Amino acid sequence: MKLESKDIEEAALDQIYPSARYLPFGDAALVVEFGNVIDLAINRKVVALNETVLRANIQGIEETVPTYRSLLIRYDPAKITYNHLVAKIREIEKSLMDRPLEEKGRKFIIPVVYGGVYGPDLKDVAEYHGLTEDQVIEVHYGRFYRVYMIGFVAGFPYLGEVSEEIATPRLETPRLKVPAGSVGIADKQTGIYPCEAPGGWRIIGRTPLKLFDPNWQPPALLRPGDIVKFTPISEEEFKEFFEANAH
Amino acid sequence: MVLFHVLKAGFFTTVQDLGRYGYLKYGVPISGAMDTFSMIVANLLVANNPNDACLEITLIGPELRALADTQIAVTGGEISVKINGREMPMWQTLTVHKGETVSLGKVEKGCRSYLSVRGGINTPIVLGSRSTYTRGKFGGIEGRPLKAGDIIHGFDVSSLETCLKMPENMIPQFSNEFTVHVVLGPQSYMFTDKGIETFLSSEYKVTLESDRMGYRLDGPVVEYKDKAEMVSDALLPGAVQVPRDGRPIVIMRDAQTTGGYPKIAVVVSSDLDLLGQAKPNSTIRFSRITLEEAHERFLEYRKKLSSLAQKLIAVS
Repeated sequence: MKLESKDIEEAALDQIYPSARYLPFGDAALVVEFGNVIDLAINRKVVALNETVLRANIQGIEETVPTYRSLLIRYDPAKITYNHLVAKIREIEKSLMDRPLEEKGRKFIIPVVYGGVYGPDLKDVAEYHGLTEDQVIEVHYGRFYRVYMIGFVAGFPYLGEVSEEIATPRLETPRLKVPAGSVGIADKQTGIYPCEAPGGWRIIGRTPLKLFDPNWQPPALLRPGDIVKFTPISEEEFKEFFEANAH
Repeated sequence: MVLFHVLKAGFFTTVQDLGRYGYLKYGVPISGAMDTFSMIVANLLVANNPNDACLEITLIGPELRALADTQIAVTGGEISVKINGREMPMWQTLTVHKGETVSLGKVEKGCRSYLSVRGGINTPIVLGSRSTYTRGKFGGIEGRPLKAGDIIHGFDVSSLETCLKMPENMIPQFSNEFTVHVVLGPQSYMFTDKGIETFLSSEYKVTLESDRMGYRLDGPVVEYKDKAEMVSDALLPGAVQVPRDGRPIVIMRDAQTTGGYPKIAVVVSSDLDLLGQAKPNSTIRFSRITLEEAHERFLEYRKKLSSLAQKLIAVS
């Protein structure tokens, strides 16, 4: 399944930095920033840098965390100095600059039971946009989403971009508990809560699929660059799947 | 091997080791002991590996009945330790016989105490660590704090022949006032000079909304230049976020791995242990140092940790 060009937002050129900014994050981490907005081109740079840095096996780097627009690199100051680390990463950044950024993302279809008790905010989202609930549902599962980052809680995927037709701001007051599997919208992002957590996203459905298990290697199902498509299922199907996957 | 029967769990007692590293990219925080130094000493006092799992005790300690002969040590925030009603010293190897009751009182100074057992606490290793991650419900004892009735398991190991103790002058003292060192940034550019000045010269109170995920502080508002939001990026323990209301939040070990509030500064690695001993109503001051100075402190801290074992004194 190829991403259609209409699904890819034009890169906002003035919000992508011409070259990355390197900032100390305390005394044992470095942040490499590519821009300051949620943007496909920026995120692809983060993903590419992350993969290349990991492959380079630089002595002193302990772990990396790719996010929307920056890469965090945690290092051991006893094994590598900040300046030396920055120099090495700049080299890698430079080597990636003119290369076309292909992504080897995997593709997933995620079943969702929409609305009713599973989607307590579906009605509000529909009203906000002057649409019927069915229309909101169709728009939500009608396009592919790319995973931009995993963060917040274990395995939580930030997916983009949601159509403007259904993009809705977060709740004024977050819920104390959002059930595991909940699928939500926050502005132009959509996401899935792998476990029960507090949350302010607009919940429109629930998936029986497990997104995180500490016994898996790696423990999270999704990673940046993966492509996701949602597909509607019935409540009966949800219950069947749910039993089988035992959240 | 069964080691302890939990009679009273204490306020919030969890199994922790030095932390779960390498999984931030999957949204899994580091967790682990909030006062790493104290936990390592607790382990060394029973000749364990520094990373062996211990109990992290918060504010009020547990009561445990020994199901086997063992040796323990209690370190960290000042807390009363009794074995069968007899007062015992902290920062020292203690012998416990099967059937005896170990009772820990209230943490009088600091916030958290550590109880090590010879051989370490035996819970399943999850993603490379025995640390408890309560939000994810894994690690430690079923991913949750201790409760009455729990059985704590250990390993079958020989007992330590020579009891050890921490030299008096090396025992950290905790008060209710904390000064921690920070490196400014990564988003310090989003704050006015006045805001940064306020942040570095004010005393902030740790509110009741503080726990292993983070400390919400109360005090003078930190001023933004313009926007108070940014695109979510990675967080590490020690990061100081400032939400729109201008009151800083210090990110701690169980925090979410990403966040959208700008970070004005990050507490240096060598001060995280101290930070871990700040309880609600304590005050915190932030003192700025350069990255170079922070690295010097880092190396000194490392050296201090690696030479700890030799500094312990044999007790007859």
